Amino acid sequence: MDHRMGEPLVQSRLFGDGRSTYDLYGLVGRITSNSKSPQPPERDNPGGWASLCGSGSRIPEAATTPAMAEVLSVTADSVARCQARAAHKVLNQVVLPGEELVLPEHDDVDGLGGAGEQQLRLNAGTRPRMRVICGPGLRRCGDRLLVTKCGRLRHKEPGGGSGGVYWVDSQQKRYVPVKGDHVIGIVIAKSGDIFKVDVGGSEPASLSYLAFEGATKRNRPNVQVGDLIYGQCVVANKDMEPEMVCIDSCGRANGMGVIGQDGLLFKVTLGLIRKLLAPDCEIVQELGKLYPLEIVFGMNGRIWVKAKTIQQTLILANVLEACEHMTTDQRRQIFARLAES
Amino acid sequence: MKETPLSNCERRFLLRAIEEKKRLDGRQTYDYRNIRITFGTDYGCCIVELGKTRVLGQVSCELVSPKLNRATEGILFFNLELSQMAAPAFEPGRQSDLLVKLNRLLERCLRNSKCIDTESLCVVAGEKVWQIRVDLHLLNHDGNIIDAASIAAIVALCHFRRPDVSVQGEEVTLYTPEERDPVPLSIHHMPICVSFAFFQQGTYLLVDPSEREERVMDGLLVIAMNKHREICTIQSSGGIMLLPDQVLRCSKIAGVKVAEVTELIQKALENDRKVRKEGGKFGFAESIANQRITAFKMEKASVDTSNIEEKAEEIIAEAEPPPEVVSKPVLWTPGTAQIGDGIENSWGDLEDSEKEEEEEEEGGTDEAVILDDTKMDTGGISDIGSQGVPIVLSDSEEEEMIILEPDKKPKKIRAQTASAKEKAPSKSQVKRRKKKRAAN
Repeated sequence: MDHRMGEPLVQSRLFGDGRSTYDLYGLVGRITSNSKSPQPPERDNPGGWASLCGSGSRIPEAATTPAMAEVLSVTADSVARCQARAAHKVLNQVVLPGEELVLPEHDDVDGLGGAGEQQLRLNAGTRPRMRVICGPGLRRCGDRLLVTKCGRLRHKEPGGGSGGVYWVDSQQKRYVPVKGDHVIGIVIAKSGDIFKVDVGGSEPASLSYLAFEGATKRNRPNVQVGDLIYGQCVVANKDMEPEMVCIDSCGRANGMGVIGQDGLLFKVTLGLIRKLLAPDCEIVQELGKLYPLEIVFGMNGRIWVKAKTIQQTLILANVLEACEHMTTDQRRQIFARLAES
Repeated sequence: MKETPLSNCERRFLLRAIEEKKRLDGRQTYDYRNIRITFGTDYGCCIVELGKTRVLGQVSCELVSPKLNRATEGILFFNLELSQMAAPAFEPGRQSDLLVKLNRLLERCLRNSKCIDTESLCVVAGEKVWQIRVDLHLLNHDGNIIDAASIAAIVALCHFRRPDVSVQGEEVTLYTPEERDPVPLSIHHMPICVSFAFFQQGTYLLVDPSEREERVMDGLLVIAMNKHREICTIQSSGGIMLLPDQVLRCSKIAGVKVAEVTELIQKALENDRKVRKEGGKFGFAESIANQRITAFKMEKASVDTSNIEEKAEEIIAEAEPPPEVVSKPVLWTPGTAQIGDGIENSWGDLEDSEKEEEEEEEGGTDEAVILDDTKMDTGGISDIGSQGVPIVLSDSEEEEMIILEPDKKPKKIRAQTASAKEKAPSKSQVKRRKKKRAAN
């Protein structure tokens, strides 16, 4: 059948409301890929946001100024007095770099015996400690957690026996490549066997031409300079140049690869991207109800969006950029107005 | 740092949007972004925000000896600096081309237009004159630096007050601001630069291009004008060819825009003067709203959201279903196949339409002659067709393909390479040929 540009959008529109349209292109992988199988981040990993997007705790909206000021004054006091606070008391509050947090001690919960019975322990002196994972914005410092970024402290309850994850929710526009992140990159050079891809970090990432689905030495992928690539970072640390691939560990593309022509690429803050990629994000669901669209979120702050007409694409881009600064009510008003017109 | 490269899809999207008269932030073709002017506590200090592009201007003065060839004139010195916080691409020593170009343009706009009366800056002829120094710093780059910089420069100059000087015979007294109020500079007119960005070799034009639009533009035309519609400077860069009427049109648009901007500047200066006179608070700190975190603030983008459903439905209704292409090759002889029918030999149709045209167009006297000719010709061609001799019509743009078959007559199939347009020339050729035969 003769396939023309714009064809699928027409067909999907005829099928009903826009909600299911992005499923038709198999883009579910792209949108929710960051919340699939959460791998626990490495200890002392300054990055590692990918798994945390799948956290259960909803990230609330920004606090109003008086509350913020109060909280800031409390933290400032504690920092001034160089006291370490208990981590579980500071949850969802603003922490500043340099603060130390004390992890709660874990009491014996084996209620086998009564009050008088005591367990015999091999290591009688030490108490058992929970395994706590410190996420982005925190660093281990002896027994304690040292805060390295300013933001709100979050905690995720563990499923298994370990103590859970602590991290700091901070806001940032500049991206630092992190292993495991799915990012949108722009191809800037082709040299020999690799493409140089700009992901917004200090160095361009290298992408081998074999790292595409179905690519062999004879069958090279059709990638030009200036194309957009959606891929995953496999090597990203401060000592080496980052490397990315467009293929997962099983050899399947899974939504990664060259992003099609047309559409608009724009940049937002990293915090907004994480908010949009959280599971059950209202914004994405409401967007899907408005028009049929294709959308790709990169953890480096880049969003690629494509709708049927240029005007719709522009509206979507402006709405997403504005979502950063709008409260929930304002956003609902805007969506209601767009849905009417 | 290198600046972020522009991807192909962004470039394509921007150019397509411009063709549809749509801009990324929802402005119209001739719209400026919001201009905001704020003043500092010192005289001569201002910040101009054109959308997100921000320029800080500061004017200062000093008593120096004049230039030797201009003993009675003061000295003006302009300097624009691109701060590293303006864009990641600006590094010390890296952006020299752009910097030189902007500085040169600003100098031409402000110095050569003689907007400031340099004679009034003279204190003692040949010995002491005022040197006025205008320093402009670009704080954020979101496109159209030159407009913002020119507005900042002229606003800072209008706002500035120099210390009062009195000359009595040989004595020159310089008063401090506490002794006597400082005196404003003598400014004749306010030249403002207006930038026009051209796309697709001059077909589309945008006023006040943003940073994205500047990346994809073909050329830039900058016109510096004052509100009396006098052109102070005009510069075209990028190497595009502009027609004179395009340039005239741009100058008319620039006249309108400059009038609006000048009015805004006057209002801002007036407001500041009033506040200072009444003893109210002034300065940059006052212009930032209290009790509000400015990081969470954003300008409203006026994107047109109307008519989307209708347009989308129109597009869907008018979109044709994809044509069913069924290919059934017909094998005539081994090695020769035909797919599709091609277009029929439409010589007959041409004759009919020609006849009709000629009957309509031409007068009565010629009719009889021409009709005879056409009758002759139709007869001629049909004879030729029956004979089977291929006729090579040298004027025709359409190639006739002749398939030689062993037993049948050669079939003439015209390979349809011509569109409807080309039928017109062939019609005229037919006409010509007819007249030739008539002559013969």
